Amino acid sequence: MPPLGACPRAQSAHGPRADRTRARFRQGLLSFALAVVPVAALAAALLAIAPAAALSDAPLPPSGLTWRDVPNDAGRAIALEWKASPADSSHPVTAYFVERATAPGGPWTLVDSVAAETHQKTDQGVRRDTQYYYRVTALGPGGVTPALSVTGPVVARSEWFNSTRWSVLVTTAMFFAFVLYFISQAQAGKKPFVRRIPGIDAIEEAVGRATEMGRPVLFIPGIRDINDIQTVAGLVILESVARLTAKYETPIAVPVSYPIPFTIAEEMVKSGYLHAGRPDQYDPSSVRFISPEQFAYVAAVTGIIMRDRPAAHIFMGSFYAESLLLAETGFATGAIQVAGTANIPQLPFFVVACDYTLIGEELYAASAYLSGEPKLVGSLKGGDLLKVVAIVVIVIGCALETAHIHWLAQWMVPR
Amino acid sequence: MKREVPLFITAAAGLLIILSFFVPHQIVSVPADFLQQTALILRAFGFVLGGVNVLLVNFDAIYKRQPGWIYKVVLVASLIATVVIGAVEGRGFLNPGTRSKWIYDNLYANMSATMFALLAFFIASAAFRAFRIRTLEAGLLAVAAIIVMLGRVPLSNLLTAWLPEWARLQALQEWILNVPQNASKRAILMGAALGVMATGLRVILGIERTYLSGEE
Repeated sequence: MPPLGACPRAQSAHGPRADRTRARFRQGLLSFALAVVPVAALAAALLAIAPAAALSDAPLPPSGLTWRDVPNDAGRAIALEWKASPADSSHPVTAYFVERATAPGGPWTLVDSVAAETHQKTDQGVRRDTQYYYRVTALGPGGVTPALSVTGPVVARSEWFNSTRWSVLVTTAMFFAFVLYFISQAQAGKKPFVRRIPGIDAIEEAVGRATEMGRPVLFIPGIRDINDIQTVAGLVILESVARLTAKYETPIAVPVSYPIPFTIAEEMVKSGYLHAGRPDQYDPSSVRFISPEQFAYVAAVTGIIMRDRPAAHIFMGSFYAESLLLAETGFATGAIQVAGTANIPQLPFFVVACDYTLIGEELYAASAYLSGEPKLVGSLKGGDLLKVVAIVVIVIGCALETAHIHWLAQWMVPR
Repeated sequence: MKREVPLFITAAAGLLIILSFFVPHQIVSVPADFLQQTALILRAFGFVLGGVNVLLVNFDAIYKRQPGWIYKVVLVASLIATVVIGAVEGRGFLNPGTRSKWIYDNLYANMSATMFALLAFFIASAAFRAFRIRTLEAGLLAVAAIIVMLGRVPLSNLLTAWLPEWARLQALQEWILNVPQNASKRAILMGAALGVMATGLRVILGIERTYLSGEE
């Protein structure tokens, strides 16, 4: 009987040989453990060191963060500049983070991140007269390096005058003075001379031809909204055209691309019929809102041109790629076409496809020319005189620049 | 009063916007920004008026069975469907996967591109007419155009490589574009800029009153 509690395995079932084998196995296990433990400990130590090794690859912090209140603004921007992190192959920088806070201790808000090659940033989201603190941190493959220091307090203040616009102010003041002078001259009875503008004279001819052919007149006041002054000029001309169509009892179609010009165009056409003494002939459906989408508008207007076959097309306003689509479609129908725009890239298209083209300033002069009112014509003369001044300044500027004297050019276009 | 009040509002708003160009201070810039934002709101209301006009004009044409009325049915149905779908989908109506985005990508964008593509054919026909040499001016235009077009392709280098550098087509086309073309373009721009100023001043001073409509 084995003693109680004795391990049955302790008893050799196979005799002394088996016991020796077991002892050798235990010794081997012990040797293995003695060998493995230091290796494992070394591995653990290495693993523990690894994060520290990675940290050493983090970029070095940028330095020398300076700021300045952006001049000539409403106190809504602060320009920041810093010196790049001393980067080398073991501390590469991939980006900088610009952060802002209202107290030196934070909390910090990310303003923006910039590429490693960029060492300046203008923060355009600040409130005026508010103290801010800035810091810049560097990011690299090794992680983000904390900022070296905090810069501040930084305050953006608004200014009373934009000093880069002195030349514009002087030119505007001169222009206003010239215009007011010629208006006063016109009011005193001196009617200024205005050269003939064949394109504007042709409008009456075009309306007359449409009347003879018994077809409508198509007027397009450009494809821009009312904030484009060309649209305003086009709508002013529309009133004169509507007067003519009312006088000749010819229908007019005015497709408009934006809602505000649409309501004004309605008023212009109504006004034209009213001033022609024929308010009863005004057709409310003559002015139509189409779409502000450029090519949807083109599709609708070319449809009107092909279906209704207006005999006269008048394009006055701001045009883009649709200018040639409309004018060439109109040319194909054989209509007499008069166009006017200040968009220079579209002028060649209109010149090719239309019978008459108002170039640039002629579009703006049209309302004064058509009305013949001395006060309006006086404003044209003011523009002419300023042109003379501009020519003189250009000649003097060319001479000065040739002589390497740059003050005039720098005053005109400050950098 | 019916005319004086709008004239006063126009003058005040116009002068304030001009002033804001020179004075960045908040006393001027804040009300000027407010005016510009108000204009955006007004514009949004304007679209309601525009939409109503589209429906009225087209319903009338459908009711009277005018020629092509069936297309107007398509237009009105498309308009209503687009507006309703956009309204149901709410704020993110143009996010990927929405029906509005599908309409935009698969219908509107394609139709728009088709219209734009027509421009190539129109340019060809217009160029054909423009380059017919009937007068001295047309001849000059055609010669300048040929030099510029040829000068901008590699073939011109090959054709004129034997000439001195200043006489090669590439140099000539650069000269045409940079000197006579640029000079005339700038002259037109300056004239147009003065025209803009004159028109603006006429409106602000109340000399140009046509836009007010109605009787004097």
